[in-house]
Amino acid sequence: MIRINKISAVFVVLLAIGVVSCDKKDNMTDSFDTSGTYTQNDQMARPAVNTVFNSSADKNSFNTTIPSAMNAAFQAKFQARLLALYPGYTTNALTQTAAQLTTLLATDVLNVKLNGTTTFYDGVPANTLSGRALADDVIDVELLLIFGGPTGTSNAALTSDHVGANDKAFPGTFPFLAAPF
Amino acid sequence: MKKRILLGGLLGIVLIGGIVYAADHIDAPAVTGGTTVSLGNDITDIYAFQSPTDNTKMVFVMNTQGLLSPGSSGTTASASFPSNVMYEFNIDNTGDNVEDLVIQCLIQNGKMRVYGPVAPGTTGLTSTVKTSGPMTEVAVTSYSAASPVSATNTNGIRIFAGPRDDPFFFDLVRFKEILAGTAGGFHAGTVGDPATDSFKGTNVMSIVVEVPKTLLGSGASINVWGETKSK
Repeated sequence: MIRINKISAVFVVLLAIGVVSCDKKDNMTDSFDTSGTYTQNDQMARPAVNTVFNSSADKNSFNTTIPSAMNAAFQAKFQARLLALYPGYTTNALTQTAAQLTTLLATDVLNVKLNGTTTFYDGVPANTLSGRALADDVIDVELLLIFGGPTGTSNAALTSDHVGANDKAFPGTFPFLAAPF
Repeated sequence: MKKRILLGGLLGIVLIGGIVYAADHIDAPAVTGGTTVSLGNDITDIYAFQSPTDNTKMVFVMNTQGLLSPGSSGTTASASFPSNVMYEFNIDNTGDNVEDLVIQCLIQNGKMRVYGPVAPGTTGLTSTVKTSGPMTEVAVTSYSAASPVSATNTNGIRIFAGPRDDPFFFDLVRFKEILAGTAGGFHAGTVGDPATDSFKGTNVMSIVVEVPKTLLGSGASINVWGETKSK
């Protein structure tokens, strides 16, 4: 007991002086500060949703609205924005009405399957919105759903940016992202 | 008025620097720096996919601080993860869009610790660190490192933190011209009318966490989103 107290005293002195040698640090149970309360600043799931669908006035509040409250707060505004971007919108290639598409997008979470293929969209209907893989051309998917009409063939000049891949190949091994430039 | 001037200034910087925003890069005024919230809070993209090397695991990626320029004098070289920020993956495995599990990533003194997946103390806009679940620790990979540093804990959780090439791609410049009414459509992507990836040659500060699916829930699917929180 006395020994423990002595060790504690040394520990406190070391901390108080602010001198912590490497060896001592390794022996400490935990030199990581895990105290305090963290408050939210940014939030994101699906790409480009905040950027495209929210007005300047709503961009900050979108980042600090919990997902389960997003639909009530933003769906109607998203629908108005969609119809401003494309007044001729009827349905899209997923047969979604303006209300259905914006209901999906307003709750900003990534739906992710735990079994099998995970992709934003890979051409197979059953795999749609089953995750987001690094190589997914998410912008083309979103452009197609917004501007492509019921068959995906409307507004051909607006449904692909014709940038179809990343500027570096992805390594097939962890951490899967390419080395920095 | 002050706000307008500030915004005008920001826009000026954006135009002069050729800087652009997109997936979620610089998505909102509060996370673009210059305020009490540092740029380290700005999430650029979230990815969630089955591990390409192990189909019993999921990979979660949170990229932050977009459009970092390369080279020894570029902004990548001076970028770091702020020590007062929590990078938190939120996982709903009951379909109500409320987090049932969190994966909390903290960076201090050149190391990242990842706590979780673990049930949050409270759901919503504030978090405390939950140290009762799995903990994984790794050295942050430096910009000059020849290869990425990763670590795996006894639960099979593998982690990485450091600068990476921004995997996002988009001809955002053209998209903005379309929105502004100065272009009628995208470039065709041909030799005569090439499209340009506005994120080509830029880096992000990246956190990658690979987690056994068994630690995420027993259902067929989950909902995932990323958050930055600071203290």
